[in-house]
Amino acid sequence: MGDQDVIYKVDALVAQDIDAYLDQHQHKTMLRFITCGSVDDGKSTLIGRLLYDSKMIFEDQLAALESDSKKSGTQGQEIDFALLVDGLAAEREQGITIDVAYRFFATEKRKFIVADTPGHEQYTRNMVTGASTADLAVILIDARKGVLTQTRRHSYLAHLIGIRHMVLAVNKMDLVGYDQSVYDAIVADYATFARSIGIESFVPMPISGFKGDNITGPSANTPWYTGPSLIQHLETVEVDAVADQTKPFRLPIQWVNRPNLDFRGFSGLIASGTVRPGDAVRVLPSGKTSTVSRIVTMDGDLDLAVAGQSITLCLTDEVDCSRGDVLAPADAPPQVADQFETTIVWMADEALTPGRAYWLKLGTQMVSATVQAPKYAVNVNTMEHLACKTLELNAIGVAEVITDRPVVFEPYTANHTLGGFILIDKITNATVAAGMLHFSLRRAQNVHWQALDISREAHAALKNQRPAVLWFTGLSGSGKSTIANLVEKKLHALGRHTFLLDGDNIRHGLNKDLGFTEADRIENIRRVGEVAKLMADAGLIVLSAFISPFRAEREMVRALLPEGEFLEVFIDTPLEVAESRDVKGLYKKARSGELKNFTGIDSPYEAPENPEIHVSTVKETPEDAAERIVDYVLSRAK
Amino acid sequence: MNSKNLTHLERLEAEAIHIMREVVAECQNPVMLYSVGKDSAVMLHLARKAFYPSPPPFPLLHVDTTWKFKAMYEMRDRMAKTSGMELLVHRNPEAEARGINPFDHGPLHTDMWKTEGLKQALTKWNFDAAFGGARRDEEKSRAKERILSFRTASHGWDPKNQRPELWNLYNARKNKGESIRVFPISNWTELDIWQYIHLNDIPIVPLYFADERPTVVRDGMLLMVDDERFPLQPDEVPVMRSVRFRTLGCYPLTGAVESTAKTLPEVIQETLLTTTSERQGRAIDKDSGGAGMEVKKQQGYF
Repeated sequence: MGDQDVIYKVDALVAQDIDAYLDQHQHKTMLRFITCGSVDDGKSTLIGRLLYDSKMIFEDQLAALESDSKKSGTQGQEIDFALLVDGLAAEREQGITIDVAYRFFATEKRKFIVADTPGHEQYTRNMVTGASTADLAVILIDARKGVLTQTRRHSYLAHLIGIRHMVLAVNKMDLVGYDQSVYDAIVADYATFARSIGIESFVPMPISGFKGDNITGPSANTPWYTGPSLIQHLETVEVDAVADQTKPFRLPIQWVNRPNLDFRGFSGLIASGTVRPGDAVRVLPSGKTSTVSRIVTMDGDLDLAVAGQSITLCLTDEVDCSRGDVLAPADAPPQVADQFETTIVWMADEALTPGRAYWLKLGTQMVSATVQAPKYAVNVNTMEHLACKTLELNAIGVAEVITDRPVVFEPYTANHTLGGFILIDKITNATVAAGMLHFSLRRAQNVHWQALDISREAHAALKNQRPAVLWFTGLSGSGKSTIANLVEKKLHALGRHTFLLDGDNIRHGLNKDLGFTEADRIENIRRVGEVAKLMADAGLIVLSAFISPFRAEREMVRALLPEGEFLEVFIDTPLEVAESRDVKGLYKKARSGELKNFTGIDSPYEAPENPEIHVSTVKETPEDAAERIVDYVLSRAK
Repeated sequence: MNSKNLTHLERLEAEAIHIMREVVAECQNPVMLYSVGKDSAVMLHLARKAFYPSPPPFPLLHVDTTWKFKAMYEMRDRMAKTSGMELLVHRNPEAEARGINPFDHGPLHTDMWKTEGLKQALTKWNFDAAFGGARRDEEKSRAKERILSFRTASHGWDPKNQRPELWNLYNARKNKGESIRVFPISNWTELDIWQYIHLNDIPIVPLYFADERPTVVRDGMLLMVDDERFPLQPDEVPVMRSVRFRTLGCYPLTGAVESTAKTLPEVIQETLLTTTSERQGRAIDKDSGGAGMEVKKQQGYF
């Protein structure tokens, strides 16, 4: 192929004039793309071919590849490019790609980062991960098989994640005799499907990764095809970073740079738009305005910075601005809200628990958030909407998300940085989901916080006490209510303003609509937590006695309160002791099966890991424990 | 002009700086691994850019084996001084006491000095995040590692249980005792590193440039006799050859290449025209068959 020389004449220039080569290399741009296809569509082979053609494989790697090809290759005696790309030991044994792998190659015009994403059904999360940073997707189709279920799924996911450029690579054309009618039929079939899911355009091309047809230049085997080769197309499409420059300026603040009293800079990666000294800017969510005074770098101040650059800005005024805030043009700020409609891709083995609090990270903002029961899930093979109560691993659904404080955002379609988020489990710290914000819900836009003239500090000061929520947790019959009652009596006698929220009392009134399923238990604790918070705002020392078996829910309540006001009191009584007491006869009923979802019997109790106060009722009398708790509460600084 | 086309190096630089700032903002006690090589030189330069005009808000950590090239120790001390950063040096006391060395102890040398030494240092100073200069183009198992790579309290890595990394959102949350390894230059290639050093005029150890050096050929590798600890075989006589190093580690384990490249463009020229990969000069990757590095990483190697 003569055209290969045009694209890869690197060596000649390197040998003749290294300075000219370096100058050229220095002006390359960068494109990130993903390849997706089914297990046998030849993804790894195509990537291996791209690396091989651009001389990214060295002799020693080639030697290792040849010996590997003979040992475990699937291409007989020929080099199996796929082995080069399939890295981890585990997948060598299985013979399929199991994770996202990143590969690099360059032509004269561009550097490329390729995410090799798996075609296997159970690994949807990896494909979404690989697609999230891609400017372009190469959808591979085996010419012998045509559009498959997997093809539809990959296209849907690539479109969902907002990839603007789609290439339909009809691969293995050598195995269908380079037959144009086969190619045309597949392209027509795909076009119908693409339109149906809202893909506006795609670029089809007939290729063979194995033989190298239409990879670097036009192939003599497909004279009927007049479009670009894969590399030609990859070298010329517009990258997202360039398109993002035309959008309004958005800078999520990562870090405040404060080396001394004379310098205060705001550091971050520009998500979109451009900025110059003198620009009027607004700090979100506070809404304060200022003007950019300098754009500081180690190589000297800049007079222009653009989307994709990591910068440090200085402002002319001493406005409040910290990590999580967003700088934007004073006249074109993004929205602020705390309730959203979102699409969520669930990525953890443990399914979504609606109502449970997760950390939500969006840009540089980290907030506590709950996901409501999904409106529907999407069958990624048929795009049908399915009714569902939760989202399992690899499920995609539409659900409302509520955050505990307002978030600066834009719809994902307008801005990936301010519209894309991850959810993090509060206990395991695992990344459990990825999500895309569509729009804020009207409720949030219209319900504003009532600014109160009498602050919580004023309430507390009048009572001459520091508010607290004493959160008693433990098994049924462990002694929570008994000890909480003793503590309240003692505090009351000492002239403190208190209030006791008891599990049974609350369930007779406020929460009488709730049962004992996991979801209802979470909602029960959420409501109690909110009530406790309001009472603490009023300056009270609140005592709450609930089994509250799940760590995540207790942490959710802790997050509602100022640091140091949530005091977790673990009433630690072994199950056999609590069961032998069985004051209300509940254990007996649970054991006989009469009572379902009973904590300790057929529903788990997650003991606190670092409670502020730990009471072992087999070692300490209720009276002694209560005395110790009172001392703890009152010894806290005001 | 109200827009500009960022080059690939500008975008890689912005990405690395973004990662460093995220980790500093979200972790309690980060540290930067400093191995004195060219990748470390780039990492240090990026850190200085990321936090300028402040000095990088973390120390440098050198996990020493006592077997590095003399020129590397000189460079290390000089760079710590000019960057204004604290330099911490850790040597595994057990390896020191037992006199573990690359000549007599083979793979145990790397295991004790580097893998164990690193774990000891991270535990000793309670670091919860460690920046490293590994790149995905170096080795197959690295191509699949996350930018923020999560380690258990015993420093283990589970390649099948990595956190998904979407967009440029990094999850740095962890429980007490757990830590993360951070690879801000994951997406750089060897050529990117050289080009960046060239464009930014970053100082590197002179061993990267060709010079007359005393060498012997052993097991197909060209080794430099850097000090008197090198045990010469009866028939071995060090020969002065014009050589340079593509990668730097313990001098008895690091193969040189014959070269006359004395300037950066010449080194880059040679790199581009070469037909063997960078890590081939290192004995470490050959220790345990095809999956060598992956096994080492599971055991806690960086």
